[in-house]
Amino acid sequence: MSEPLVEVNHLKKYFPINSGLLNRTVGHVKAVDDISFSIQPGETFGLVGESGSGKSTVGRTILRLHDKTAGEVKFKGIDVHELSGKELRQIRPQMQLIFQDPYSSLNPRVRVGDAIGEALLDHGMLQKGEIRDRVEEVLASCGLSSYHYDRFPHEFSGGQRQRIGIARALVLNPDLIIADEPVSALDVSIQAQIINLFRHQQETRGLTYLFISHDLSVVEHLCSRIGVMYLGSMMETASRDELFRNPLHPYTKALLSAVPIPIPKLKRDRIVLKGDIPSPANPPTGCKFHTRCPFATAMCKEQVPEFRHVGHEHYVACHLV
Amino acid sequence: MSTMSSEVVKSSRQDHTAVKSSLWTQSMRKLRKNKLAMSGLIFVILMFLACFVGPLFSPYTDGKINVTAMNKAPSLKHWLGTDMLGRDVMTRLLQAGRISLTVGLASMLLSVFIGSILGAIAGYYRGIVDQVIMRIADLLLTIPGLPILFILGALLSEWKVPVDSRMYIVMLMLSFVGWPGLARLVRGQMLSLREREFMQAAVVLGLRDRRKLFNHLLPNLFPLLIVVATLSIGGAILSESVLSYFGLGVTPPTATWGNMIDSANNVIDFEKHPWLWIPPGFAIFSTVIAINIFGDGLRDVLDPKHKK
Repeated sequence: MSEPLVEVNHLKKYFPINSGLLNRTVGHVKAVDDISFSIQPGETFGLVGESGSGKSTVGRTILRLHDKTAGEVKFKGIDVHELSGKELRQIRPQMQLIFQDPYSSLNPRVRVGDAIGEALLDHGMLQKGEIRDRVEEVLASCGLSSYHYDRFPHEFSGGQRQRIGIARALVLNPDLIIADEPVSALDVSIQAQIINLFRHQQETRGLTYLFISHDLSVVEHLCSRIGVMYLGSMMETASRDELFRNPLHPYTKALLSAVPIPIPKLKRDRIVLKGDIPSPANPPTGCKFHTRCPFATAMCKEQVPEFRHVGHEHYVACHLV
Repeated sequence: MSTMSSEVVKSSRQDHTAVKSSLWTQSMRKLRKNKLAMSGLIFVILMFLACFVGPLFSPYTDGKINVTAMNKAPSLKHWLGTDMLGRDVMTRLLQAGRISLTVGLASMLLSVFIGSILGAIAGYYRGIVDQVIMRIADLLLTIPGLPILFILGALLSEWKVPVDSRMYIVMLMLSFVGWPGLARLVRGQMLSLREREFMQAAVVLGLRDRRKLFNHLLPNLFPLLIVVATLSIGGAILSESVLSYFGLGVTPPTATWGNMIDSANNVIDFEKHPWLWIPPGFAIFSTVIAINIFGDGLRDVLDPKHKK
C-alpha cells in the first residue's frame, strides 16, 4: 500500500471540565479516546457514529482546530501538531474543512467572492487582479454563477451556501477535505445534489475526503472505507462493501439495521439499542459499548477489547468476534 | 452535470441586475421607514445646523455686553430676550450649543476609540492582556462617574486651568469615564464573534490575523459600535451640562447649555426671567431625547436580536 495521506495514531482529545470558585479541573470529557486510522490518497473515508461519539472532534483535531491531548496526526508524513504557527499556516491550504451549518460558517458581512478569494490573496497564491477569474471558475465548477461573486451570503439558500463553502475550500486546491456532516442541515433533494458535487469534484481533482456523517445511506453512497465510532473510540473499520456485507461489531450491526429501506413490507431483524449514549466524561469500563450491547458478557465489563485485524483490511474492537 | 440543475436554474431566473444588497443597505432602508427615529435624526441635524450656521446670521455677537438692554423679555428684536448683561439669549444659546454638541461628539469619538480598541484587543488576544485591560476597566467602573468628574473638575478650578482649554479637558474627562463600559461591551462581542464558525473557517483557511480582525471581526462589530456611540453622545452632552451647571465643566464667559442654566440659578431669574433658563433646558432635553430616539431606532435595525 502506498504512503497514507493522513495517519492518525492513538489520538486522544480530552476537554477539561472546570468548575468551582477556583475553576479547577474536576474531570475530562473524553471526546476522542485513543483512535487510530489512516486515509489513503484518493479515497473517501467515512466516519460514522451517533451524536456525541466524537466524530467532529476527530476531524477538527486533525486540522488542529483543537490541540490534541496525546497521540499524533500525520499529514503527508508531517506531524501537524508539532508545526509552528507559521509552518502550520503554510500547510493549511492543503487541508480544508467543510462545515455542517451553511448558515453560520459564512460571515454575513463578507461578499461571497471575497470569502472565497481572500485566502488566495493571503497565501500569495495569486495576484489581486487574477483572483476574480479563479473564483468565478471555482464558482462555476460548484454549480454557482459568476454574478454570485458580489452577493452576500444571506441572499442564498442553504444548498447554495453549502456550495459556497465547498468552493471556498476547493479554491485552494487542497489534497484533503474534511467534510463535517456537510449535508445533514440540508433537505433530502439538496443533499443528493451536494453529494454528487462532492463525488464529481473528487473525480476531477483527485481529492481525498474524510467524510463525517451519521447518515449511513449517505456514507454508503460516497465512501470507499468506513470507520464506526462510539463514545470516542473506533469500533470497527472496513471497506464499504465489507462493512455493509459483513458487519462484525454489534454496534455496527445495530446502526445498519436502523437504516431505513424503501420497502415497507419487508420484515427484518431490527437491533434496537436501549438508552442513550453514556457520558463521555465518565465512560463505562471495559468495552465502552457493554452498557447497551445485547450480547455483553462479564468480560466486556472488565477488559477493553483490542482493536484487531480480522482480515480483508477489516478491523474490529470486540471480544465476541 | 445534470445534478446541479434546479438551484442553478432558479437563481439564473433571478434578475441579474438586481441591486446588490449588503446588510448595510438593507438596514438603512429599514431605518428610513422608522418615522420616529428619522424625526430624531432630523431634529439632531437641524440642531447642529442651527448651532454651527445660525450664529453667523445673528446681528449680535456672543459676549457683547449691552447695558441698555438688560433682562429684556423676548421680543422681535431679541427672540429669546436678553440676560442680565444685555446679551442676546438666542445667539448665546446657539453659541453654547456649538460647545455642548462638540464636547458631546468629541468625547464620544474619543471614548469609542479607546474603548473599542482596548476591548477588541482584550477580547481577541485573551489571556494576560485581557486581564490587565479589564481589571483597569473594572476599577474605573466601580467608582461612580459623576463623583470622579466632580473631583477632576474641582482640580481644574484649583489649578486655575485657562478657560479656553477647559473645554478640551472636559472632553478628555468625559471619555476617561466613558471608555470602560464600552470596552466591556466590545470585548464581550469579540469573545462571542471569535468562537463563531466563520472564524474557525478563517483559521482553517490560514488567513492572516490582520484580515481576520479587519475583514471579519470589525465589520461585525460596527453595528454595535454605531448604536452605542450614538446613545453615548446623549450621555456625554448630559454629563457636560451637569458639570457646567455646577461650574466644574466649561466655565463662563464661554457659554454652554449647562452653565447658561447655572447663571439663571437664583430665585429672581427663576421667577421673573424664565427666558434665561427655559431655552437652554429645552435644548438639552430635546437634543438628548432626539439622539436617544434615533439611537433606539438604529438598534432596532442593526441588532435584530434585541427586543424592545
